[in-house]
Amino acid sequence: MKSTDQLKNIASQVRRDIVRMVHAVQSGHPGGSLGCADFLTALYFNVMEHKPEFLMDGRNEDVFFLSNGHISPVFYSVLSRAGYFDVKELATFRKINSRLQGHPTTHEHLPGVRMASGSLGQGMSVAIGAALAKKLNGDKHLVFSLHGDGELDEGQNWEAIMFAAHHKVDNLISTIDYNGQQIDGTTKDVMGLENLKDKFIAFNWTVMEMNGNDMDDVIAGLAKAKSLTGKGKPVCILMKTIMGKGVDFMEGHHEWHGIAPNDEQLAKALAQLPETLGDY
Amino acid sequence: MKCADIQIQNEQETRAGFGEGIFEAGNANENVVVLTADLAGSMKIAPFIKKFPERFVQCGIAEANMIGIAAGLTIGGKIPYTTTFANFSTGRVYDQIRQSIAYSGKNVKICASHAGLTLGEDGATHQILEDIGLMKMLPGMTVIVPCDFNQTKNATKAIADYEGPVYLRFGRPKWPNFTKEDGSDFVIGKAQQLSEGNDVSIFACGHMVWKAIEAGKALEEKGYSVDLINIHTIKPLDEEAIIKSISKTKCAVTVEEHNIIGGLGDSIAQVASKHLPIPIEYIGTKDTFGESGKPLDLLKKYGLDTPFIIDAAEKVMKRK
Repeated sequence: MKSTDQLKNIASQVRRDIVRMVHAVQSGHPGGSLGCADFLTALYFNVMEHKPEFLMDGRNEDVFFLSNGHISPVFYSVLSRAGYFDVKELATFRKINSRLQGHPTTHEHLPGVRMASGSLGQGMSVAIGAALAKKLNGDKHLVFSLHGDGELDEGQNWEAIMFAAHHKVDNLISTIDYNGQQIDGTTKDVMGLENLKDKFIAFNWTVMEMNGNDMDDVIAGLAKAKSLTGKGKPVCILMKTIMGKGVDFMEGHHEWHGIAPNDEQLAKALAQLPETLGDY
Repeated sequence: MKCADIQIQNEQETRAGFGEGIFEAGNANENVVVLTADLAGSMKIAPFIKKFPERFVQCGIAEANMIGIAAGLTIGGKIPYTTTFANFSTGRVYDQIRQSIAYSGKNVKICASHAGLTLGEDGATHQILEDIGLMKMLPGMTVIVPCDFNQTKNATKAIADYEGPVYLRFGRPKWPNFTKEDGSDFVIGKAQQLSEGNDVSIFACGHMVWKAIEAGKALEEKGYSVDLINIHTIKPLDEEAIIKSISKTKCAVTVEEHNIIGGLGDSIAQVASKHLPIPIEYIGTKDTFGESGKPLDLLKKYGLDTPFIIDAAEKVMKRK
């Protein structure tokens, strides 16, 4: 169990990894990755019971699915820092012959990845399937998933949301990265989410809110979410984050959804992010 | 080994063969899970649901979600069978199958009934004629199109022990049942030789195998010897059996309840063009949608009935 300060240090290194990976290939998605760095760090270092030696079937451990696969930089960084593979491999991100594809895939057998994602809106269904398998197997561990708020434009999510409540999939914690940004602008302008909390409540989910960029709140929120499982309802966390969190000139700008920093911007970003565990 | 020797045992729906097969597969393997999108009745899975209610997942009319859930179930070691009509099993959920099943290499069995024109009166919205092409193009996807009740039942059982994603295509109408009940004549990926001859090869799949047998019987009566092969596994294709056949006959007819673009015929032509170029005639729909009507009337109207196969065989033999 890491202390809050330790988790903050890890998250700082994860953010460094993210901007360095994206800068190195001048492609990738830094904005959402930076915003979710605290959440994924807490999840993999404090919250989930998981096995970095990695078996695909995930029996007798908690499993996680990244539905918004474009934030692969944060996923890869956290997986490597948690021991799933050597951090040096982060240098291969998005390059030819790499296991670290632009969007996560099982195809290259990267430890820690159980499902391809990238084409949006599919991860909640997959997470539900894994949760049902856990119930059939008598496995009391949990399934976590992460989704973009813009991703909720995809109709398949709402099929899954309806299903999970109807079938009482109460071993599932689905977190929405509620940053209010998507590629073409704010979610408000592109496709209004309206009252997302009420929508999930209306679908008969247990809904929580959490500040995804406050490590204390993330730890407390995830602990609370775990306590709400097993009560006949799926659990949703609406996680407020700031796109680009940790790099001042990226914060809150949808333009940083999917562009890479140049050399000067990289230097400026790294100056704001202490190197705590050693760069890859 | 002649077409004339092939006897009908009875007439049954291939989807009913699926229903019996999935019940037996569920009995044999506790990891078999069945999902449906509000079509349990049409898919004939009531006996499975009754005996294994905990291994049945009703998804409602939400096929995309069903495909994703099936993919997720494999992660816990389950062998999910998704069940709905062929149109909703493929075209409607192509990207879900592509990313969550095929690219992710998940052991999901996509079981699709009501394929092709023989769906009948529901018309073109439901009569998918492009699904074999869609599915065979996906890397790693196995595509099986059994020809009758017994073969559908046996294929349904066999795919439980066959690791990897499978598309299993069958249909709605009662149809002649003639393959072996015990399934000893069915091996995934191995073409089924139904008659041996030297004049013309006929390669068929699904319901159209029986139509090809009828054509073969007529051709035999006219004095031709017919090499009739049931290509129940479109992918992986039994290239050896195809090359062996066309090496003898030097011409072929392909017969499928599917668009001639992208289906069995294309697969056969690719093998022939690579190894032994020969004249080929194609029986199938000609880049068109279907329409409402009785199954046999539709096969006649769209050029898939027995006389068209006979004509195609006589034509292709002249082209040698």
